[in-house]
Amino acid sequence: MSRARLLAFLGVALLVVATGWAMWWLRPVERLAGDAPPVEEIVVERTELDDEGILLTLRADGSEPVRIAQIQVDGAYWRFEQNPPGPIGRLQTVQVRIPYPWEPGALHRILIITQTGLSFEHVVEVALPTPAPGAMEFAALGLLGVMIGVVPVAIGMLSYPLLIRWGQRGLPYLLALTVGLLLFLLFDTLDEGFEFVALAPPGLGAGTLFGLLTLLTTGILLFVGRWGAGGTLEGVRLATFVALGIGLHNFGEGLAVGAAFTAGEVALAGFLILGFTLHNLTEGVGIVAPMIGRGPRAWVFPALLLLAGLPTVPGAWLGAFAVTPFWVAVCFAIAAGAILQVVIEITLYLLRRYEAAYASPAVLSGLATGVGIMYATALFVPL
Amino acid sequence: MVWWRQPHLLRRTFLLAGSGSILLGALTGRGARGREDAPAAVHGPKIAGLPRDSSGVVNSGLAFGTRGEVDHAANGFDPHALLTDFDYGTVSRLPDGRRLREYEVVVVDKTIEIAPGLYFPAWTYNGRVPGPTLRAVEGDRIRIRFVNGGSMPHTMHFHGIHSARMDGIPGAGEAAPGETFVYEFDALPFGCHLYHCHSMPVKRHIHRGLYGAFIVDPDPERHPDQREVALSRLAGTEENARWQEFVMVMNGFDTNFDEENEIYAVNTVAFAYADKPIPIERKRPVRIYLINVTEFDPVNSFHLHGNFFDYYDHGTTLTPTLRTVDTIMQCQAQRGILEFTFQDHEPGLYMFHAHQSEFTELGWMGFFDVREQVA
Repeated sequence: MSRARLLAFLGVALLVVATGWAMWWLRPVERLAGDAPPVEEIVVERTELDDEGILLTLRADGSEPVRIAQIQVDGAYWRFEQNPPGPIGRLQTVQVRIPYPWEPGALHRILIITQTGLSFEHVVEVALPTPAPGAMEFAALGLLGVMIGVVPVAIGMLSYPLLIRWGQRGLPYLLALTVGLLLFLLFDTLDEGFEFVALAPPGLGAGTLFGLLTLLTTGILLFVGRWGAGGTLEGVRLATFVALGIGLHNFGEGLAVGAAFTAGEVALAGFLILGFTLHNLTEGVGIVAPMIGRGPRAWVFPALLLLAGLPTVPGAWLGAFAVTPFWVAVCFAIAAGAILQVVIEITLYLLRRYEAAYASPAVLSGLATGVGIMYATALFVPL
Repeated sequence: MVWWRQPHLLRRTFLLAGSGSILLGALTGRGARGREDAPAAVHGPKIAGLPRDSSGVVNSGLAFGTRGEVDHAANGFDPHALLTDFDYGTVSRLPDGRRLREYEVVVVDKTIEIAPGLYFPAWTYNGRVPGPTLRAVEGDRIRIRFVNGGSMPHTMHFHGIHSARMDGIPGAGEAAPGETFVYEFDALPFGCHLYHCHSMPVKRHIHRGLYGAFIVDPDPERHPDQREVALSRLAGTEENARWQEFVMVMNGFDTNFDEENEIYAVNTVAFAYADKPIPIERKRPVRIYLINVTEFDPVNSFHLHGNFFDYYDHGTTLTPTLRTVDTIMQCQAQRGILEFTFQDHEPGLYMFHAHQSEFTELGWMGFFDVREQVA
């Protein structure tokens, strides 16, 4: 045993020494790279516009610390203050204040030039003053969150009395419709999530993390959902997880809306609210569908409403005042995982309860309706 | 440093700028502050966001331009010195009595700072961009020992009159790295000319910094009708000494190699003559040898503020080709001589810049600091 250990130790030591010698003596990296210029990357994580100009939060990535040499705004050199000054280490962030007279409603192009002459462009699509984190702004964003998150889900849930009258016969159709809408949300979440993955610094590996987090969340929720439920998920419990998945999705949605306000990308607030209302209406139907015929208590409805709709509010706050693309991507990954979990659970429930009916006209038309309504109403969301 | 670029003013102004809170415009229906300012410009209250100098006067140029300072010593050349740095060569007499001017030009690969903190991997003649200003007299014999100390084949292609063998193109006067070639020709015609590398690909060889001014002064003996004018152009004469002569090579640098210039300048360093204006003695006339070598853009231009000038296209005439203009444009390799005076002006800063505003704001602008006396 100790002999085997000694052998293993010697083997590792030999490998370390040999590799070290080869790197030091043969210098394979230098031989391949020559005197190539350093790899540099700069990503703008936050843009804030105020009375004093433009404030950027930048993250650097690269083989060596990145030095910002000069900055152009709209094709003109502009003086700036960098805090902290000096070279930016790998994955470090700095703030850059540019006293540029930006114009409300206009598009501004910012070109950050490093000492090696590489340039990184950042476009402010529509310049709007960044909401300062005051009580008034919190209230306004909170109200917006309620309007696009809570209200439409509530309206959707109010369909419950109608659905009961439809009774058990319509249940496969409604559950299939829920799966359809959740499938739409799943792909929508993935799509939006990858948009933010693209905005995150490549060095953080946001893409890989996104996939892993999605699957991990699904796994954990599948486990938690069935804990103590004897391996089945139905009724109020199933509805709760549907609401949780939708809630996490709406949290991400809130982040995106808040961030869009900060970045000046939302021009039509009224249209946005209308679109989200239409869009999220179906979510309410999906939440109540699994409870049909289960006689849930009255308090369940507002509880599920808050679980599904309210996360939009903190989402909007965080998105507007704090969050970076990396964390938005993380949130969307968790939301996608939660949605995937309920898609799996409702599908299993459908299969188990209506054994041969999974390919029935009711199920297929329900699926198609769910996806179709979500797609059609998504066209009203200008984001 | 000029009044409108003083950093301490900038800092103070922006720190003092009020921070009136901006409401979420899209929801509350209120627009941004600072749009309500225009009519109140003279007597109204200070409005946040408008840059003002320490005395409260609005100044939109306070924060404009590049940040920091270029280390001219490390570059090995100072744009202010380049303005008046003429290389007359080593002068001797040929057996037939003609004047011979001999020069040595060495290509050196060198990283240069073209704006504060911004480095460009240049190819240079004699370690500077633009290369040395070679100045001769009409009819002189020119002999240039050209040493290629760079990493690519290079040439010196002169805009002048010479034989095909001396053209400085691939196949005629191209030197491989480590090799030497001797160019020999007569300095003709008189005027404001240039030389540049003509190895392929030419666009890259020029853009990387291989160009310079080649000035041929008129020989007064050959121009008896305009002897006085020719004498004023001829370096070393009493008539010429009155003039304040400057060489300005309009160039640009594509730092990220996307075939668009990130930096425009005169004599390489962005805003060099804005950060430190060119001193001009009010009563003495000014002559500028202006050459355009800018890559990627079809034309460049020169515009003078508060004054007009006479222009001699290519400098090959002794009477102006354009009179009383304040803007001229040049295609690449076009050049000319500008003559003007500030003798009837009051002292002050007179701006000059390319009148492509894009070039101006990317570095090609400067000031003449007109004074009674220049130390």
